[in-house]
Amino acid sequence: MSDAGLAPGAAALGEVAAGAAGDAPNGRRRLGRTGREAAVGYLFVLPAMAIFAVFVFYPLVRTFWLGFFRVAPYPTIPSKFVGLSQYKSVLTSHDFWASLGRTVEFVILTVPIGILLGVGLATLADARIRGIRFFRTLYSSTVATSVAVASVIFFTLLNPTVGLFSYWLGIEGGNGILQSNTWALPAVATVTVWQNIGFTFILMSAALQAIPQDLLEAARIDGAGGRRRFWRVTLPLLSPTVFFAGVVGIIASFQAFGQIDLLTQGGPDNHTMVLIYYLYTSFQNNDFGTASVLATALFFILLAVTLVQFRFIERRVFYG
Amino acid sequence: MGRHWGRTGRYALLLVAAVVVGFPIYITVVNSLLTPQQIAHRPPTLFPLHPQWGAFAQAFTDAHLGLYLRNSAVVTVSITVAELVTSVLAAYAFTFVQFPFRRVLFFVCLATLMVPMEATLIPNRQTIGDFGWYNTFPALIVPFMASGVGVFLLRQAFLQLPHDLHDAATLDGYGHLRFLMRVVVPLNRPIIGAFGVYAFLTAWNQYLWPLIVTDSDSVRTVQIGLRQLQSLSIDQINVIFAGTLLAALPIFILLLAFQKQLIRGLTAGAVKG
Repeated sequence: MSDAGLAPGAAALGEVAAGAAGDAPNGRRRLGRTGREAAVGYLFVLPAMAIFAVFVFYPLVRTFWLGFFRVAPYPTIPSKFVGLSQYKSVLTSHDFWASLGRTVEFVILTVPIGILLGVGLATLADARIRGIRFFRTLYSSTVATSVAVASVIFFTLLNPTVGLFSYWLGIEGGNGILQSNTWALPAVATVTVWQNIGFTFILMSAALQAIPQDLLEAARIDGAGGRRRFWRVTLPLLSPTVFFAGVVGIIASFQAFGQIDLLTQGGPDNHTMVLIYYLYTSFQNNDFGTASVLATALFFILLAVTLVQFRFIERRVFYG
Repeated sequence: MGRHWGRTGRYALLLVAAVVVGFPIYITVVNSLLTPQQIAHRPPTLFPLHPQWGAFAQAFTDAHLGLYLRNSAVVTVSITVAELVTSVLAAYAFTFVQFPFRRVLFFVCLATLMVPMEATLIPNRQTIGDFGWYNTFPALIVPFMASGVGVFLLRQAFLQLPHDLHDAATLDGYGHLRFLMRVVVPLNRPIIGAFGVYAFLTAWNQYLWPLIVTDSDSVRTVQIGLRQLQSLSIDQINVIFAGTLLAALPIFILLLAFQKQLIRGLTAGAVKG
């Protein structure tokens, strides 16, 4: 504003002076207004910030801190500060690496297959033909199921004595798939893939519809057949969404808890003891030290995955 | 070959996929309408010729499903409303209000996206104990009354509004609250709706946190109720199926009613990112 006062020309001076005189009280009011403006700003962000402070940032730091304390086997004995030694012992333990291995196995069993099925279904349903709305709604429908709903349905269908799936698999009366060292984790993964198929389908369908029709038309005019158009035009344009689904899927698989809790509780014989369930088990056993170290590890693993995603987005902004 | 075969082939594949994806839900519906004896019968019954509706009533009487559904509704609606209010306010401030440390505070909001709930579980459980909130609704609601995703999504949307709009409103004597309620919120109804549906779905499906901060039926949500339901004995297997359907029903209705918002909410991250 004050720049206007520097306007050249003697003729304007009088006006400027008058303006300046008139500005003085105004200026003070404006100062008050800035203060009020800031107060409004802080007031508006305060509720969100207060929640984040109490339930996100404070507990995150405290989790790191609790990792320094070893919990005594009896609740009456206070925990003891042991510095980094607990981090070292937990992170080099067999149990930790075994659970991490199970988690990676689980990621491999769920993420690629889930994406493949999602892209396949979305491509299949991406046609203007009669009745397609019915199929689209049906493929999206598992979005309406929660992890718990999906798990209870499959748990009951896999029941070793009366489960329909057990009957079809010819193992009725036996031990059941969820009690099998070999098949428990793949079974949990199957439930997870099924429960996620609706979300992946919706995601991929939206991405397919965002592909400009004239690009496909141009490829058709250039003589590219259906298959060629899919590999050369559709799939490359779909790749950012596939990448997004991959990252989201990895993060979700690391957090997969409900299906383990409802289907296997980490068993049989620790064959589905993934990192998050190991954390929960330690927590349930009041071993807060071990649980905190595991939570810290989980945090940094997921942070690394997220940062890879951010870097990728940055690159896309640059080159895309 | 030709067009005709291509179309028939596509229908065949669509149908096979529909059977595979739809079967678990279909058989759940069928089994909820059979007696336990009929479910155990071999070869299995794949269509209920004489539907029995008793299992649904039993889900309410024996498995307390009504109570669980009510608790879920209280928790989910509270979280959704609170997240909408806090996110709209913060996103508005980060877009239209000038104040010191605005950028820093926005990055603080973004940083919460990198902290999974599982990483803060242990101290948060202790905090709930310190507040005396174990087994209460506040334990299930208060930690989720703000959302980094919400602040981020809504700010992105608010930034798209033409800046003259704010200037014009200011000239007309609109204060911040009036501009927010009369202009910003109405113009952004679609994205606010999309985030609302997303928030509702996320809150409804929570499992780990409710499991850790409650142990009484009086506040337990339906997802944890399913855990109790699953442990019913085999001779109530039809009740397990009926209860599972009832637990999923509200979200099915939501999906049908708000399909557009749901799709927008679920894909928002991918489209932006």
